[in-house]
Amino acid sequence: MNHLSEEQLMLHYYGEEDDALPAERHLGECDDCRALYGSLQRALNVVDSLPVPEPGAEYAEQVWKRIEHRLPARRGVRWIWDLPARWRWAVASAAFAALLVAAFLTGRSYPHPRQPAQLAAADPQAGERILLVAVGDYLERSQMVLIELANARTQGPLDISSEQERAVDLVSENRLYRQTAGHTGDAAVASVLDELERVLLDITHAPSRLSPGELEKLRQRLEAEGILFKIRVLGANVRNQEGQTL
Amino acid sequence: MELTDSAIITKARLGDADAFRVLVERHSRPLFRLAFRMTGNQQDAEDVVQESFLRAWRQLGRFDERASFGTWLYRIATNCSLDVMRGRKRRSNLSEVEDPVLALPSGDPSPERVAMSGEVRERVAEAMDELTASERTAFVLRHFEGMRIEDVSRVLGCQPGAAKHSVFRAVRKLRRALEPLASGAR
Repeated sequence: MNHLSEEQLMLHYYGEEDDALPAERHLGECDDCRALYGSLQRALNVVDSLPVPEPGAEYAEQVWKRIEHRLPARRGVRWIWDLPARWRWAVASAAFAALLVAAFLTGRSYPHPRQPAQLAAADPQAGERILLVAVGDYLERSQMVLIELANARTQGPLDISSEQERAVDLVSENRLYRQTAGHTGDAAVASVLDELERVLLDITHAPSRLSPGELEKLRQRLEAEGILFKIRVLGANVRNQEGQTL
Repeated sequence: MELTDSAIITKARLGDADAFRVLVERHSRPLFRLAFRMTGNQQDAEDVVQESFLRAWRQLGRFDERASFGTWLYRIATNCSLDVMRGRKRRSNLSEVEDPVLALPSGDPSPERVAMSGEVRERVAEAMDELTASERTAFVLRHFEGMRIEDVSRVLGCQPGAAKHSVFRAVRKLRRALEPLASGAR
């Protein structure tokens, strides 16, 4: 008879397995597994008995009083990132469409009108160029964040909350570009963006104050993965392609 | 009719502090319980709650309204808790740790208050302190907050498999650390 692993017992305890019946049946028949499961239940019962102070009914009011005067003023919608996501996408799409229309109209009013076939080719080029400019700019900003962290020198804890805030924005953008690269079949670009996203995610999840040891670990990781080098190469390629679409 | 979190957030994003106050009223208490489970200390937990709301206010522009505000706030609070835990030196003298039992509301002693010996409290606190940050976070969210592992992974920003392993490692460590006490309590 195959015994249940500790992991299976844990999943059974939390009711997270797909089908609880096999584990139930096994526990009914196997003394060893039942003993192990009992041990797990008892240990978790001990943990449960640690009490948590229950805040009073006026707790939320107290919290508000303590933070109210510390809330920095929000000046309404300042930038596209302050909009809700669906509006953000609508604005971005509208801006992109407007650029394409502008490119089209510019082509039409050019003093030496081109042939219809050339005009048709001009539109996708304009779109591609806009995308390349955006990706190039994105890579530069990502590189800046990583370079700042890689070059930081400190004796004590380093506050990286500002880099983390930028990393959060960069992760959101990264997904869009990575998906685009995936759709266009550009596996190399998608792969670098995927690596970059993982590094950025780790930065966003790190404590906002890094000890010198943690900073050194991050630096070693950046070095070991060669992510900065890969971004530079990709950035150069993008700039090169951008030049070719002009 | 009570407004949804999403409708309130839309107002708060435009600078409406009163709208944000509604979110504070709704989420303060569960956030405190989470922070206390994470930090094991009432004062730290209160600091975490305040800091979490301040960060949430500053980062409202980045909140994706298709997601759950509660999950997003939990994520901020777990990060704040981890900052607090990493920032403070582990207390060498456990008697200096604020006694959670004494912090309970006054009234007749519950069976837990009577039964919970100082030794048990210390051992549980020690066992929890032995967990890594990700293990402790994943365990608190799964065990105390009752979140599904998939939801835990959303809070942690990792894959469900990684969240499951963090919970599993935490449970295994706790079982081994507390087994002698648990056997005695049989």
